Amino acid sequence: MKTDIAKAHKLHPLPVRIMHWINAVAMFIMIGSGWKIYNDEVIFGWLHFPEALTIGKWAQHGLQWHFFGMWLIFLNGLAYLTYGFASGRFRRMLLPVRVRDIIATIKDTLRLHLAHDDLTVYNAVQKLLYIGVLCVGVVIVLSGLAIWKPIQFSELLTLFGNFQTARLVHFLCMSAIVGFVIVHVALALVVPRTIVNMLTGGPRVDRHGKSLEAAP
Amino acid sequence: MIRSPSPSIFRPRRGPSQGILRQHKPLIEAIDRRKVLRGALSLGALAFLTGCDVSEEEHVQTALRAVSDWNDKVQSVIFRPNHLAPTYSEAQVVKPPRFNAFYDIEEVKPVNVAGWKLELAGRIENKKSWTAAELYALPEQELIVKHICVEGWEYIGQWSGPNLRAFLERVGADLTAKYIFFRCADDYTESIDMATALHPQTILATKYAREPITDPFGFPVRLRTATKLGFKNPKWIVSMEVTNEHTPTYYEKEGFNWFSGI
Repeated sequence: MKTDIAKAHKLHPLPVRIMHWINAVAMFIMIGSGWKIYNDEVIFGWLHFPEALTIGKWAQHGLQWHFFGMWLIFLNGLAYLTYGFASGRFRRMLLPVRVRDIIATIKDTLRLHLAHDDLTVYNAVQKLLYIGVLCVGVVIVLSGLAIWKPIQFSELLTLFGNFQTARLVHFLCMSAIVGFVIVHVALALVVPRTIVNMLTGGPRVDRHGKSLEAAP
Repeated sequence: MIRSPSPSIFRPRRGPSQGILRQHKPLIEAIDRRKVLRGALSLGALAFLTGCDVSEEEHVQTALRAVSDWNDKVQSVIFRPNHLAPTYSEAQVVKPPRFNAFYDIEEVKPVNVAGWKLELAGRIENKKSWTAAELYALPEQELIVKHICVEGWEYIGQWSGPNLRAFLERVGADLTAKYIFFRCADDYTESIDMATALHPQTILATKYAREPITDPFGFPVRLRTATKLGFKNPKWIVSMEVTNEHTPTYYEKEGFNWFSGI
């Protein structure tokens, strides 16, 4: 027990909290400026983003913001993935994901019985969504690189088909992330203690991720 | 419905028609572009005064442009001098090509080839200017490559004309210089890095689909490089300077990234 306490840390250690909020700012910049760039040459004739929701006065400013935000996303994302794998956080928090757990979580949710008294443990649907959005994050960066440098990174572009299909993949990844953000923010607002945890670090947990504090 | 056109400063709503251009030639020539520019500037100043977007604030622009300059350096590092852009078949070529400029196609002022010369300046041994006839007599290289616009649209075009590297060697240009700076008949300015100028798919295009380029697309000569965005390919070139000094270009001054490689 002594060793466990010695290795205890907060649910969200400081690096995770810093990277989370840098990512929030970077996502805001990338999505807003991305919509500005999209509006200049739409993929779907019926879809223009309201100018009020875009970042940048003219197209060139949208591009400036996007190519600034890309460094934030890329470097922060790389640090986050490295930390997540090296520290064991991904394994501890996101695995395993079992199909029967997912079904059970969905049933609980529909019965409005979803437990969230212990915020140190993610439910199966949370795990699935977090893993999913991490994968989408990797694909959106790769498709972005392919659009930015379709000739220099032509091998990468081939992975996505051609220039226009890479644009489409980039757009669909953005849509998935926006969908995730809406759910993520809505649920955080439903359980505001999660937001406090992401600021203060939350309860202390042992090296297996088990809470060392009694659930309130 | 996918890819329906949207309004844009780069692309007018209607396609190019040479007939209309010829018909209204005197009128087009009578339009004073400087007055239009001055008017646009005042409009821009007005928008600036009323605008509340943080993007154009001086300190924000300083920071964003510093990142853009850093991105220029990154792009020159990842540039692969001998990596070729994909080429396409003649059947895939779009005719006529798609127009792009900082004004509409109706406003194009055709270059009078009789008085036109390509002036050479800077780090070049033989600065003798070139007439269109001399330029058109040089050996040609054909490129069937994609033109990718900064906005996101693209088309396949068939361009031919003297290879830029061969031309620079012929006139004794300093190939270790940093930039080639272009001035155009419409006061547009553009410059490219030497590595791009020496890329095997960079040409001084004089023809499109084996016919001399028509007026809206840069007659008598324009740049076509397969490794840069559309706007980095100046049309109606009147002078070429080989230099180590960077002079801000038309779209760079507007806030677009200078290197803009693809």
